[in-house]
Amino acid sequence: MISPLAQNAFRRLLSLKGTALLLACSTAFLPAVSPGVCRAAGGTFIDVVASVQPKMVKIYGAGGLRGLEAYQSGFLISPAGHVLTVWSYVLDTDNVAVTLDDGRKFQAQLVGADPRREIAVLKIDADSLPHFRLSDGVELSVGDRVLAFSNLFGVAAGDEDASVLHGCVSAKTQLAARRGAFETPYDGPVYVVDAMTNNPGSAGGVLTDRQGNLVGILGKELRNALNNTWLNHAIPAAELVTPVDDILAGKTLPRKAGESAKRPDEPWTLARAGLRLVPDVLSRTPPFIDAVAPDSPAARAKLQPDDLILFVNNGVVISYASVVETLSLIDHIDPVRLTVQRGQQLVDVVLEPKE
Amino acid sequence: MSVLPNRPFAIQRRARRMSPPVRRRSPDLAETADRRSPVFFGPLFCVLCLVGFSASADRDARADQVPVAVLQAEQQRIAAVAKTVKAAVAVFANDGQGGGSGVVITPDGYALSNFHVTKPAGDWMQCGMADGELYDAVLVGLDPTGDVALIKLQGREDFPCAELGDSDAVRVGDWCFAAGNPFLLATDFQPTVTYGLVSGVHRYQYPAGTLLEYADCIQTDASINPGNSGGPLFNAAGQLIGINGRGSFEKRGRVNVGVGYAISINQIKNFLGYLRSGRIVDHATLGATVSRDEDGRIVVTDILDTGDAYRRGLRYGDEILSFAGRPITTVNGFKNVLGIFPKGWRVPLSYRREGERRDVLVRLMGVHGTEELLRKAEGALPVEEKPMPKPMPKDEQPGGGGKPKPKPEGEQGKEAPGGQPKPPRVVPLEKVRRQEPTPKHLEKLIVKRPGYANYYFNELNRDRVWNALLAHGDFSSLAGAWKLSGADAAGNQIEIILAGDKVTGRLAIKPVEVDPARDLDSQLGPEGSGGLLVALHLWQRLLRLGPKQFGDVYYLGTVPVPGRPELFDALVATHNVVEARFLFDPATGQLAGMEMFPDAQVDPCEVYFDDYRPVNGRQVPHALLVRHGDNVFAQIKLESVELAAE
Repeated sequence: MISPLAQNAFRRLLSLKGTALLLACSTAFLPAVSPGVCRAAGGTFIDVVASVQPKMVKIYGAGGLRGLEAYQSGFLISPAGHVLTVWSYVLDTDNVAVTLDDGRKFQAQLVGADPRREIAVLKIDADSLPHFRLSDGVELSVGDRVLAFSNLFGVAAGDEDASVLHGCVSAKTQLAARRGAFETPYDGPVYVVDAMTNNPGSAGGVLTDRQGNLVGILGKELRNALNNTWLNHAIPAAELVTPVDDILAGKTLPRKAGESAKRPDEPWTLARAGLRLVPDVLSRTPPFIDAVAPDSPAARAKLQPDDLILFVNNGVVISYASVVETLSLIDHIDPVRLTVQRGQQLVDVVLEPKE
Repeated sequence: MSVLPNRPFAIQRRARRMSPPVRRRSPDLAETADRRSPVFFGPLFCVLCLVGFSASADRDARADQVPVAVLQAEQQRIAAVAKTVKAAVAVFANDGQGGGSGVVITPDGYALSNFHVTKPAGDWMQCGMADGELYDAVLVGLDPTGDVALIKLQGREDFPCAELGDSDAVRVGDWCFAAGNPFLLATDFQPTVTYGLVSGVHRYQYPAGTLLEYADCIQTDASINPGNSGGPLFNAAGQLIGINGRGSFEKRGRVNVGVGYAISINQIKNFLGYLRSGRIVDHATLGATVSRDEDGRIVVTDILDTGDAYRRGLRYGDEILSFAGRPITTVNGFKNVLGIFPKGWRVPLSYRREGERRDVLVRLMGVHGTEELLRKAEGALPVEEKPMPKPMPKDEQPGGGGKPKPKPEGEQGKEAPGGQPKPPRVVPLEKVRRQEPTPKHLEKLIVKRPGYANYYFNELNRDRVWNALLAHGDFSSLAGAWKLSGADAAGNQIEIILAGDKVTGRLAIKPVEVDPARDLDSQLGPEGSGGLLVALHLWQRLLRLGPKQFGDVYYLGTVPVPGRPELFDALVATHNVVEARFLFDPATGQLAGMEMFPDAQVDPCEVYFDDYRPVNGRQVPHALLVRHGDNVFAQIKLESVELAAE
């Protein structure tokens, strides 16, 4: 039975949180206080907030259906217009718009994504932008005070500022401990925050310390299926440096059919793999497996109907068409690595060519 | 001079006196933690105790090392809370079932709350305060669109009251706190205080239909829960900056998720005079719709040709630059401005056409027709937990008084391509109750009349304004002809004779006459004045007869007057198909001007009175500035004024 385990895990989390509150209190009384800290303790966060706002963006994309908001948050990570956000259905469209804090609006290109950490990088055509440097991310301890910036509930539009919430780090823990209770493939470390930072539209927002330094990215809304509570969490910046570098280096770039691409004479096809996907009816139909042919490479790799293909040979595939295109670049004698999402788990398989 | 006849009532009910409203934070946080989470009993509990003790021991050892700034901040916070909670009100419906919060803003007991709190409570309610007493209160005025209600607590002239702050000075990142009655748990009337950060300012939250619009509101992560509605949001210094009333709850049920909204106090300041009038007051529209074009400009996409904006020259395609002094860069920003002003106010508007900037003063029209507003206000509740109707931004409807049309699809898309976020579903915080019979001692304070929340307060203010004017002279015995002679700025001789059966005027142009027995709206001479003689006829009629004999006269509220920083009391008087607004200087009580509207869809004749001098012991204006539309019609200096008794 999983539920006692998960309950235990949740208790652990709560106990961490309780400790966090105590520590939060005691840290407020620590003698070593720099002037900046003093200001935040007794004064206000106006200057800090003002310094962070220009780095925040509002993202609009797919959704708008029942319970699925067509917006989320993001923040700039380069002066050249790279935006870090969460990988979600909102980005499942070729028409993703990014609005800067000054109200300027851009069409955004998907640079790449890391579905394991559920992050994505977008690019807009601008320069000299204020931004966070991921490598400057600070690490916090339990009890440290934090600010959370996001466009929760899509409440801000145009040049209106992101919303700011305040709180403390309640726990720093592995999300893995909560597997089965939370619907996410991410199983790495997270900051758990005692403020309600993860509201609709908040995902992709930024968690900062009280000086406005980058701490992490606000994760998706996660509801504990066992006790109907919500987890307010952020993925630490340190976890993001390598995957974002990979994305920027093009390692997860969706493959494109360039002229230079050398196509094998006899490439992989869906039929050769023994895969049938859900029919390609949208401009970007998500590549869900509909059926697996018996005794095919797919069957031997134990792929299942309803698996969602995320990567082919470490490249992100975002649609039915991109799966077909990517396979067409691989010779049939080479094995193909696939990463699929099955329920809330990521599963890696290899399609071995037929002898 | 206060003419508000408030006597203490002997109906204060004794409530349990409880511990002082403010307690220092418990030093033993472990106690709090384990109370919240019974799961900690057992081994975990012990662990927590140990941690808790060691933490507090550490703290005691370092108490002398706590930075002064931290201690000062703590003391300021405690002082601000201690001062302000005294003014907080727990509102209970008179049957004791349900309610919300409020805050007292004057020593004689005027208090702010939400429309959606007081509406179900009806004409009177009961208000618990931190002194442990329960006070009766009557409804004064309602603003259904802005979700504001004014009530008046009875029984004291020395209520603790909140100091009004400046919500435009509030910044994101400021500390703030709410006081109120969440979950109606204040059975001992002690307010619950929740502290937080200002998360956003100048937020726009869509109305449900055309009511309960939160424009230009303050967003906070201080906990705002059901029952907090109508209660105060204070800044760190303890000044009132808003009235809490709404939260984004969405899928997490009816509890706080760190996103509460407060109606800005500056909006309420604009409406306060209107609310004191005892009326059910309306919000404003420009009579034009705007949207954001591809270049990010806010441009007029439709305009009603019967509105003042049209008469002031605004046309389709014009770019809105600023409105009421605020630069306009978003549609929300435009709606924010519209949401904070009452119907009928004049506000500055700057727009640009073909590179040329124009600055005008626009009179805002009403969002609703009178009957429509009353019907909607009546039917507004119960809203319970049904999904709100689709939002219909009111500036999409140019028709002031017209039935709002659903906005065209894709209109929002201009603001955010790829799908504008739908406004969050808003869950109203309180439920509907039935009415108890009004107690005897409150009966004379409640006067029902269509269009009014409580007509008693309209008469009260009408008489207040009138009595203040009477101090400058009583004209009731002067039933004869009044002869005004002088010259205009160009040196032309001017003579105006106001007689009961005939009004004649000899101005720069040919002589004109008005027959008061005929329809006044067809006798608007002299040409270009918009009806100066009719206006002066009504001026004389008011001075002679007073508001009770004049005909239909009501207190409108307070309105701005061009070129003056303060707000003026306004009486609206209707006689023989025309309507006149009389404006009274708040400092002196003197009549400062009037506007005569022959028709709601044309420019009024505006007359401003100045240079008051005594004539037969009565103060009479000797300088008249006459305006019509965009023009000054005449500046008249009177050399002699003769007031015949018969």
